[in-house]
Amino acid sequence: MTGKSALPVLSVLVAVLFGSLALALALGNGSFGWPDSAVDWQIVLEIRLPRALAALATGSLLALAGTLMQVLLRNPLADPYVLGVSGGAAAFSLAGMLLALAILPIELLAFAGALVSSVIVFVLGQGSGPWSTARMLLTGVVVAAGWGALISLMLALGDDQSLRGMLFWLMGDLSYARISGWWLPGVAAITVLLMLRARSLNILAAGETQAALLGEDPRRRYTEIYVVASALTALAVSIAGTVGFVGLIVPHLMRLVVGADHRRLLPAAALFGGAFLVLADTLARNLFSPRQLPVGVLTALIGVPLFLLLLNRTGNRK
Amino acid sequence: MIESSTHEPILECRDLCVSIGGQRVVDSLDLEVSAGQSIGILGPNGVGKTTLLLALAGVRGKDAGTVSLDGRDMARLPRREIARGLGMLTQNTRFAFDASALEVALSGRHPHIGTLGRESAADIDTARKALEDVGLDALAERSCRELSGGEQRRLALATVLAQDPAVMLLDEPTNHLDPARQVAILDRLWLRVHRQRRCQVIALHDVNLATCYCTDVLMLFGDGRWEYGPTSGMLTAERLSRLFECEIRAISDQRQTVFAVAGGAGNA
Repeated sequence: MTGKSALPVLSVLVAVLFGSLALALALGNGSFGWPDSAVDWQIVLEIRLPRALAALATGSLLALAGTLMQVLLRNPLADPYVLGVSGGAAAFSLAGMLLALAILPIELLAFAGALVSSVIVFVLGQGSGPWSTARMLLTGVVVAAGWGALISLMLALGDDQSLRGMLFWLMGDLSYARISGWWLPGVAAITVLLMLRARSLNILAAGETQAALLGEDPRRRYTEIYVVASALTALAVSIAGTVGFVGLIVPHLMRLVVGADHRRLLPAAALFGGAFLVLADTLARNLFSPRQLPVGVLTALIGVPLFLLLLNRTGNRK
Repeated sequence: MIESSTHEPILECRDLCVSIGGQRVVDSLDLEVSAGQSIGILGPNGVGKTTLLLALAGVRGKDAGTVSLDGRDMARLPRREIARGLGMLTQNTRFAFDASALEVALSGRHPHIGTLGRESAADIDTARKALEDVGLDALAERSCRELSGGEQRRLALATVLAQDPAVMLLDEPTNHLDPARQVAILDRLWLRVHRQRRCQVIALHDVNLATCYCTDVLMLFGDGRWEYGPTSGMLTAERLSRLFECEIRAISDQRQTVFAVAGGAGNA
């Protein structure tokens, strides 16, 4: 913000992103190598590349959504998965598919679910009393558990080839993720658009009254952030199901690297979020090869201890 | 703007009524704040000094009445426009995320910069100058969360100074500050009012600071009643005793009059 350029850090993050993509393409079946036959090339280009790109888009979207929710909550513990927003998106998508509402695009169903979930958490969680992070988080966790139960119910009542679906909707899984190449410029454009409003986000992170005194209309901005964060979460869920904790881990790490100014934090989170999920998924594919883990297992294994650490730290400050 | 705008009130409220939890604390207040005025708000704890300031800033609901800035009804002005002319130091400042002191002070420039613009070198200078004014220039790069209570208070004040509004509302600006800092900060604010023809409304605990730094005084009694007038007429032992519901004595030497609580015997 004050003359300090974010360019070196961002270039490093771009390099990390490309490195992670290269690794994702080269690593498979527990072995590493340059493709030297037509079949190998086919595997790399038709299986690994689309999956890596899906991981990249999902990771960026979740990291951006997490960053925005942390502005709403003024707390680094906010994350679309923890607060049940991902769960809402998943439950609505699944319900739509079961009820054969296939005419509606799945992204739209997911968006409706994410929005309903956000409203429940941020309106009920805020209550009328003084601002309380504990209350908000508790509401989120309970709502997330509720969506989880609904998803399990729907899967149990649905047809029986649902184990894969179970992993996808409850943990997040990139095994069958395929996205169009247009997603990447799309995510880049979203990042740039958000960066244009980054100064307002900085002001909003200072709290409602302070934001109003410095010239932002908090109610209106908060509504905009709810909608955008829900939309980003919904897009991520429609690609990869409910991958958890990316929106918690990535903004936290990036804040340590580039600081809390959203002009630097947003692009850093988008880049590193993408790289992080590409790496996590590559690891998930190869760790117990030929078995493949759902990527959500890995992100949760990293995210849960970090969440507890952050919770402990926020608790101690008061 | 008309040339003689110095006599026009910058901030004005008419028939302003404010309540806390259904209890009317300020009833039908008419107040005009013009350039060169420093109005002190005095009253016991919980009479609604903070609530009134927040209502004047337009960030808290009021029961009735209008508040206008430069002759325009504030309820109809966008927040951004209000923030260019009116700034407020709130009682508590909490920093949720890490930022350097300079970055926090720079946030005061927010309403003056275009939506998509960046801070200019002039904005950064203004912020640095504001940090200097509150004695934090040496800590410009320090994280706002590593500052002490008093330093955080001064940083919040630097943010409003960087905002540089025509009207400044200050809620207990001297909280957490040692006497030397209190005087230094109030001197700085006084200069703003007199040299730069700004105006301010200050909620104060300390009556003796009000005698030095306020041109006018508004007394709030907590039941809706209020009294307003020039400082010299308002600050008398008799009025203050009535306001604070305890005996207060005026003690004078050649330089100033000091008010003190009459301790002991009287109030057994």
